[in-house]
Amino acid sequence: MGKGSIQVQQVPDPRILDDGDAIVRITATAICGSDLHLYNGFVPTMKSGDVLGHEFMGEVMEVGREVKNLKVGDRVVVPFPIACGACAMCRKSLFSLCENSNPNAWMAEKLWGYSPAGLFGYSHMLGGFPGGQAEYARVPFADVGPLRIPAGLPDEKVLFLSDILPTGYMGAEMCNIDKGDVIAVWGAGPVGLFAMKSAQLLGAERVIAIDRFPYRLQRAREISGAETLNYQEVDLHEALRELTGGRGPDACIDAVGLEAHMPGPLYAYDRVKQAVGLETDRTFALRQAILACRSGGTVSVIGVYGGFIDKFPMGAVVNRSLTIRSGQCHVQRYMKPLLERIEKGEIDPSVVISHRLRLDEAPHGYEMFLHKQDDCVKVVLRP
Amino acid sequence: MVNQAPSGHQFDEPRHGLDVAGGVAVAARAFDPERVARGLGWFSLALGSVEVLAPATLGRVIGTGRSPLGRTVMRVFGLRELAAGVGILTTPRPARWMTARVAGDVADLAALVLALPMPSTRLGRWLLAASSVAGVLALDAKCAQHLGGHAGPGRGTARYRRRITIHRSAEDLYRGWRDSTNLPRFMRRIESVRALDERRSHWTATAPGGLRLEWDSEITDERPGQRLAWKSLPGAPIETSGVVRFERAPADRGTEVIVELEYALPGGDVAAQLLTLIGQSPEQQLGDDLRRFKQLMETGRVVVAEGASRDVGQPRGGRELRRGRGVLALLKGGAR
Repeated sequence: MGKGSIQVQQVPDPRILDDGDAIVRITATAICGSDLHLYNGFVPTMKSGDVLGHEFMGEVMEVGREVKNLKVGDRVVVPFPIACGACAMCRKSLFSLCENSNPNAWMAEKLWGYSPAGLFGYSHMLGGFPGGQAEYARVPFADVGPLRIPAGLPDEKVLFLSDILPTGYMGAEMCNIDKGDVIAVWGAGPVGLFAMKSAQLLGAERVIAIDRFPYRLQRAREISGAETLNYQEVDLHEALRELTGGRGPDACIDAVGLEAHMPGPLYAYDRVKQAVGLETDRTFALRQAILACRSGGTVSVIGVYGGFIDKFPMGAVVNRSLTIRSGQCHVQRYMKPLLERIEKGEIDPSVVISHRLRLDEAPHGYEMFLHKQDDCVKVVLRP
Repeated sequence: MVNQAPSGHQFDEPRHGLDVAGGVAVAARAFDPERVARGLGWFSLALGSVEVLAPATLGRVIGTGRSPLGRTVMRVFGLRELAAGVGILTTPRPARWMTARVAGDVADLAALVLALPMPSTRLGRWLLAASSVAGVLALDAKCAQHLGGHAGPGRGTARYRRRITIHRSAEDLYRGWRDSTNLPRFMRRIESVRALDERRSHWTATAPGGLRLEWDSEITDERPGQRLAWKSLPGAPIETSGVVRFERAPADRGTEVIVELEYALPGGDVAAQLLTLIGQSPEQQLGDDLRRFKQLMETGRVVVAEGASRDVGQPRGGRELRRGRGVLALLKGGAR
């Protein structure tokens, strides 16, 4: 597949296909940075006509006969991984690794060895489930995933429980933050911003935000009091060494993923290799994070990677006892505790929203988000 | 090389290539499929190089002339030969590549037949070429059959085996499998299973290409919570047998379910591998069926997705209102 286009069209109404399903009338949905990877053609097994979107919430319109936890009229946020709640992985709260929710598991096995959970609107390899950038969506395993939202909390404060808030939080949690720890976060997009805020909540001494867009670094300072580094203006490695008393950050979070950017000839080299298929993912952020991390520290990877990478500094990992942790977020595990933090006012997720558009304006939203126009951080769509 | 066979020794393993006649072991020239395959691999490379580099000359030799179309076909076939050669020489037991060679030989023969009515074709040379290809086809097929021959005893038998771990007790899983109404829910190719009596049942299936198959099957061994074996009764279009075993997995991991299936396919393992080449791998189908059995037993349902149903060509049925809008990914050149 190659890069295509985004259009808003009439689509078949979702129907209850199983007694455990629910149909949700969507009231708010968002464009995720990982949707841009689909848009740019970096995720295989997308088909023309697939409905995008995996961050959504709305009102329950219809429930299957066996659904017990939801009733018509409930207001719910839907987590992006689809999980059965019964398999060995779900029992360990590793919901994004559900063994039962991907009907196309064989496709994922060919690329990754084993299959993770099915996801909404994220390629046929991950299930072929229509996504939530739409007016209606079918939600399988409705008793397991969706979280009921109490009246009084506006959509914009809870919508991001579907993906980016828990994803950022898990990124910080995987750092096992200790007293005095300095956490560096690559990427001050929405997920990176939530990772910074979470690191602060989990007791980090200091948080360092790394990006190249001044308006995003500005948001990082405002939201989590982070110190900021623009990697186009400084020697990043030296600057991080300087900021950490020569030790390096105790943990580094990669909130960038497979379409990383960096100045210099290596960028051109990797772009060419990616274009001709010699590697699938560009990894500057991850390489830098590994080399910058203090000895014995943790590198937490929440940016999306899909396939294979080159020039991976394994020598640094082995000889400096680094721990690499990663995963698609096990959203169901974090929704309730994070909802409580929102209710208590510890986090206001709506601060990352920069644009509010109608669903019809989605193509414009994608373009703006992709090209970082108009200081775009996060686009919310209203059907 | 002379082999003295001790009396009572078993010689039914075809790879040894020994014939026993009148109690005396006769040393036959052993058919070593791996050695033959390597030879055929080098042959592929040589022929492929000639086809790619000198298609016109080769066309004259085999009597099909030197038309531009013929040269193009020859070059394409040459690339195929080179790929097969590299594949065979770099794979330890290249059963699949040998099967690919069989398919390639069939394509060669088809091309020769198509070239026959052309005015430039010389009959004498054509006959020589066609009989050479036929000879190589026989050798390729034999070699592929032997290499794929892990299938076991009967010639023309394909055997498949898969395992899956399911978070339920062996007793529950046994009951789930023994309940014939469950089987069509997780076996994609099976349309219905109707119990005839305690041990016998009538099966209906759809084969690739929409072909309908029906047969009767009988349970041959039944140990609740442990093992269930069955085989098709005489009159079945494809003779088949199978066994499912349930073994306790370590700690609280549930139960390992092991399924072994045997089909007496016309053409045996080679036919099965040709099926794999066109995307109907019986092994993968067995794996997918087992995954659906796991879904059914762990969650009480078989997971469906609109897109995934489209992927396997399942009918969607029902009304299709188009009231709501959605954000669609439209890819270059891909119509829905």
